[in-house]
Amino acid sequence: MKTTQTRPKLLKEAHFHYCPGCGHGIINRLLMEVIEEMDLQGEAICVAPAGCGMLLYNYFEIDVLESAHGRGAAVATGIKRVRPENLVFSYQGDGDLAAIGTAEGFHAANRGENITVIFVNNGVYGMTGGQMAPTTLLDQVTTTTPKGRDSVIAGHPVRICEVFSMLDGATYLERVAVNKPAAVRKTKKAIAKAFQRQLDGCGFSLVEILSPCPTNWKMGPREACVWIDEVMSKQFPLGVFKEVPCS
Amino acid sequence: MKRLMSGNTALGEAAVLSGCTCYFGYPITPQNELTEYMAKRMADVGGVFIQSESEIAAINMVLGASVAGARAMTSSSGPGISLKQEGISYLAADELPAVIVNIVRGGPGMGNISPSQSDYFQATRGGGHGDYKTIVLAPASVQELTELVPLAFDLAERYRNPVIILGDGMLGQMMEPVDFDLLRRPPDCEKDYILTGAKDRPARKVHSLIFDTKLQEEHNWKLFRKFQRMEQNEARYETYLTDDAEMVVVAYGMGARIVKGAIKRLREENLKVGLLRPITLWPFPAKALQEMAKTVSDFFVFEMSAGQMVEDVRLSLEGKGHVHFYGRPGGVIPMPIELSRIISRHYYQAQAGGERRKQ
Repeated sequence: MKTTQTRPKLLKEAHFHYCPGCGHGIINRLLMEVIEEMDLQGEAICVAPAGCGMLLYNYFEIDVLESAHGRGAAVATGIKRVRPENLVFSYQGDGDLAAIGTAEGFHAANRGENITVIFVNNGVYGMTGGQMAPTTLLDQVTTTTPKGRDSVIAGHPVRICEVFSMLDGATYLERVAVNKPAAVRKTKKAIAKAFQRQLDGCGFSLVEILSPCPTNWKMGPREACVWIDEVMSKQFPLGVFKEVPCS
Repeated sequence: MKRLMSGNTALGEAAVLSGCTCYFGYPITPQNELTEYMAKRMADVGGVFIQSESEIAAINMVLGASVAGARAMTSSSGPGISLKQEGISYLAADELPAVIVNIVRGGPGMGNISPSQSDYFQATRGGGHGDYKTIVLAPASVQELTELVPLAFDLAERYRNPVIILGDGMLGQMMEPVDFDLLRRPPDCEKDYILTGAKDRPARKVHSLIFDTKLQEEHNWKLFRKFQRMEQNEARYETYLTDDAEMVVVAYGMGARIVKGAIKRLREENLKVGLLRPITLWPFPAKALQEMAKTVSDFFVFEMSAGQMVEDVRLSLEGKGHVHFYGRPGGVIPMPIELSRIISRHYYQAQAGGERRKQ
């Protein structure tokens, strides 16, 4: 039998703590694949979040700092300004980037910090048990929107790529998903592109990844993947929102 | 050569001469001259300056710069320091060095922009969440800043812990002659924990999340032992006319400067009053106080607050001696004559009390 895919060496042989059907595992693997293929182990520094992604330092064979909830872009800014030759990226969830850390992400983008934000959008607070996230869809049921998200009470889902696209400092913004093989391949390309742009000094880049959370969506893994296509991506359309040519 | 500089700008220059290459800050009175000075000087020396979007962002940029290996500093005043507490807790948990300057103003809440010593508790009790301490240095003159700023960077790196410089609006704003000739850049510590990319070495992980309670407890005890070493080795203080003193005033920072003026007046009236000025507020110079309590029975605490350090004085004395207190909160600066009157009243009352006890 011919081997076509293997675990990237930079992804430790540890058991993921992620739930069955969760997208984080795929995104973790893609990041390590890209860094391995671009031979960036010696340059990469990851800023991990609070939330479901917080334990990724157990899985990555690269330097990792775990930041406070929401502060990833500020911490990454501090690292990158000291070590401009390194590849610095933050890994942030929707609560992390679109609620508690909006200011840090927004202003890092506005300053045009030459960092990359990997933004995992699954529309809920996963680790704390499925509360409403800033990206929760209208009428979506969560533990803190038991009758569904009502915009009068809880506002509207935040579209980070669209909002950040207004900022002059942001130069590459793409929304992708990891709900099917073709989408996963596209996500990998987007990550590689964001990293290459950072190495080329192009400025702030962000890859938003729609990611299934079957546990908190109360769905089966397959159903969750279909839901991303049929419902979630209507609110969060996929595509490149900004790509400023790199001078 | 002496130069006339404000405390805020002298602090900035001392930081630059101490090897600080990264400054992150957000404007707040009465420390803005420091932020402005660093904007100019960081550009001169090829360092990093960012006027951040918030105090929270600033302290997290400090954390990022520190984990990347740089000497980093931020500064603010009370309301902004409250916002930085999250990051200070993470710095302590991650065992990362950093220097945080608090040029204190009257509080709580918005308060005012006048000098105050009302952030003593916040500075000396950790300030943020969790079980940790920060070394707190309290300069009493612009010249003393040139000694305490390099010391702050040195202690931060040697212990891998955040260090607070606690001044007040008066120290920050007033101009005094200052001489940087004796300032020496602290030597670089070997930093085998910083993140540089896992090139030819195993990957490094810096994190404060420790799910296993036993490991978290072990981490807490490790930090505790470090804080014990600081307590044993780093308590600093100055004494003034204490050899024959019958009453010792305990005051710090600019409060102690005012007290010195008061004591000069009291000595002219032959009142045997001396001063113990803690230079480190944490670790508190408890041993020095205990030693004095062998011969002195009355301690007078003055603070520009409603009374915070007075608790440490009582704890240090462990019930020995009498503790008197006078405080002026709200950003009020008393004159030496006001203090000398109050101290002399307590001095004579204490003497009368002493006579009664003898009978």
